[in-house]
Amino acid sequence: MLNLFFTGMLFFVVSYPVSAALNVFACEPEWASLVQELGRDKVSVFSATTAQQDPHHIQARPSLIAKMHRADLLVCTGADLETGWLPVLLRRAANPKVQPGQPAYFEAAQHVSLLDKPVRLDRAEGDIHAAGDPHLHLNPHNISQITKALTLTLAAIDSQNAALYHQYENDFLTRWQQAMAQWEKQAAPLRDMGIVTQHKSWTYLIDWLGMKEITRLEPKPGVPPSTAYLTQVLATLQQQPARAILVAPYQNPQAADWLHSRTTIPVVFLPYTVGGNAEVTNLFELFDSTISKLLALTKP
Amino acid sequence: MKTFGLSCIAFAGITLIVPQTLFATEKDELETLRKEVNQLKKQVASQTTLSPSPSSFNPAISLILMGRYATFDNDPEDYAIPGVSLPEETDPGPEGFSIGESELVISANVDNLFFGRFTTALTPENEVEIEEALIQTLALPAGLTAQFGRFYSDIGYLNSKHVHQWDFVDQPLVYRAYLGNQYNDDGLQLRWLAPTDMFLEFGGEVFRGENYPAGGAANHGAGSYTLFMKAGNDVGISHNWLAGLSYLATQSDNRQTEAGDTLFSGDEDTVIADLVWKWAPAGNDSVTSLVFQTEYMVNLEKGDYTIGGNIDPIDRNNTGWYAQLLYKFKPRWRTGLRYDRLSIGNPGSAFSGTSLDTQGQTPKRVSAMVDFSHSEYSRFRLQFNRDESYAVTDNQWYLQYTMSLGAHGAHRY
Repeated sequence: MLNLFFTGMLFFVVSYPVSAALNVFACEPEWASLVQELGRDKVSVFSATTAQQDPHHIQARPSLIAKMHRADLLVCTGADLETGWLPVLLRRAANPKVQPGQPAYFEAAQHVSLLDKPVRLDRAEGDIHAAGDPHLHLNPHNISQITKALTLTLAAIDSQNAALYHQYENDFLTRWQQAMAQWEKQAAPLRDMGIVTQHKSWTYLIDWLGMKEITRLEPKPGVPPSTAYLTQVLATLQQQPARAILVAPYQNPQAADWLHSRTTIPVVFLPYTVGGNAEVTNLFELFDSTISKLLALTKP
Repeated sequence: MKTFGLSCIAFAGITLIVPQTLFATEKDELETLRKEVNQLKKQVASQTTLSPSPSSFNPAISLILMGRYATFDNDPEDYAIPGVSLPEETDPGPEGFSIGESELVISANVDNLFFGRFTTALTPENEVEIEEALIQTLALPAGLTAQFGRFYSDIGYLNSKHVHQWDFVDQPLVYRAYLGNQYNDDGLQLRWLAPTDMFLEFGGEVFRGENYPAGGAANHGAGSYTLFMKAGNDVGISHNWLAGLSYLATQSDNRQTEAGDTLFSGDEDTVIADLVWKWAPAGNDSVTSLVFQTEYMVNLEKGDYTIGGNIDPIDRNNTGWYAQLLYKFKPRWRTGLRYDRLSIGNPGSAFSGTSLDTQGQTPKRVSAMVDFSHSEYSRFRLQFNRDESYAVTDNQWYLQYTMSLGAHGAHRY
């Protein structure tokens, strides 16, 4: 019985095929997309979540443990965004390479300055993140900064292809700078546009485009609105009108729909990340789609 | 020091900018400068708390507070599963108001090689129990992980789940009867994760053999061992599953149950097959989800019971299973249904009139519950059991709260 058990184990170890590409475990689709841009055929990327799933709340399901076990590099947001599932995966995945502190453990939040750091750390304030708002990929300037750091990480753990990663980085950044200039020009009419958000997912986008968040549908991050609170939201909107209610694909639009029925402010589903709608398959299309959806609101 | 330096930079930035604004006549320029100042302020604000404090290396501390109100048709003192000599704390608990076990969990990485977790349960009787005091390795090669200290065995699906993670107020009858709710003990675990696309894990444990279903730390303090394998995967984006097969072998040396007047010496082996299947539309369980869970156990007893001074041999097979369905029907609300059933082998006429006499009963139970979680840290639950563990059917109602304070770690699947 025991002999059989160990022979079986040995069989798995020996028969496991070794793949040439760098196995990358990305926590969110935006990082999967960025790694793909920077690694091309040298990487094999897996995204643990999709745009339809809330990155705060993910089941630490068995397939993720298996995927993380075989990863050569881990790319996540950090800033406690994945605190409900990543630590348990890391502890179960038996992969010393990607543990926090190792070169193959990459947290995007370490490489940009975070907005909205809470003044008061108390759960009564809702689902707050001590390090600051983690939805940081929605400012393309952050993507540039993270690109530089991520290329260094790729080059360090796969030094054979270091020159290639830098070449892909330069190519990506050139296209990215051009695209950013274009987006900023296009988005000029969005400056000072008043909007309502469902969850605090758009801080970086709002900051980048100079929009104004009039109010939020969640009284506190992660806390669903009560009727009394929604009445308050209505009162605020009477004084300061808003052009749109922004909702991410993974969010339940119930409260947004209610507000729409009371105010006729349109509910706008922005893609939020790669895969957030049918036309968004990479980071360029993410901002193309986001800006065109917002610009559509400025037209009469 | 760093904070002071940054404030200086910000201040210098502001003083440099201010005189220029006096000459700036165009609105645009003013606007850009204002933005720059704001940016500087933000930078300073985001970096002010970076200086390490002596407490930043403190472990994560989490406290779980639980309590309930219960009402039963029968006296909970009369509770029994005929045919099984039950250990402590396996009854339906007290009626009326009571707090459950408060759980205090302290955990941290010890260094780059080890992770440690300490879980104490503070019982309503003001006793302290160490439930877990475990060290887990973080950097063994070849997919291996070792764990040692005191911990819950990884057999079955529910065995390693802490009380606050249970989907019902109580454990299934199979866990009550064959594992004393949950089997934990002092020992060593080694597990191996196969480098496959599908999740495949094999493991084994050796334990002291002090706790039920073991007892008396037989075999020189290495009285029980386990073997388990687990497999799991995704099916499309909306479905995922985990299945397991486990084996627990225990030796007992005068194991005491039923207030110490029933002794058992011999072997008790348990085989558990478990399956969990979860579904959520597009893998997003924020609004709706469905979880099916079932476990089947075969329990073999061989040895001698000493009851009231008489020693009688026993050799019998017992089985049992439960199945449950959990449905999240709107954000924060779940409802669940569970069915339990045991089939306990006839120990022979020598045991008539003792707690091991099955009295021809087939213990079974139906449970229904609904719970509401205001946030992921607070939950209220209402549960009803129609309990037919013994001859007199009992209707049991529970109203339970579970609150979690402080750093709350991620949960396993």
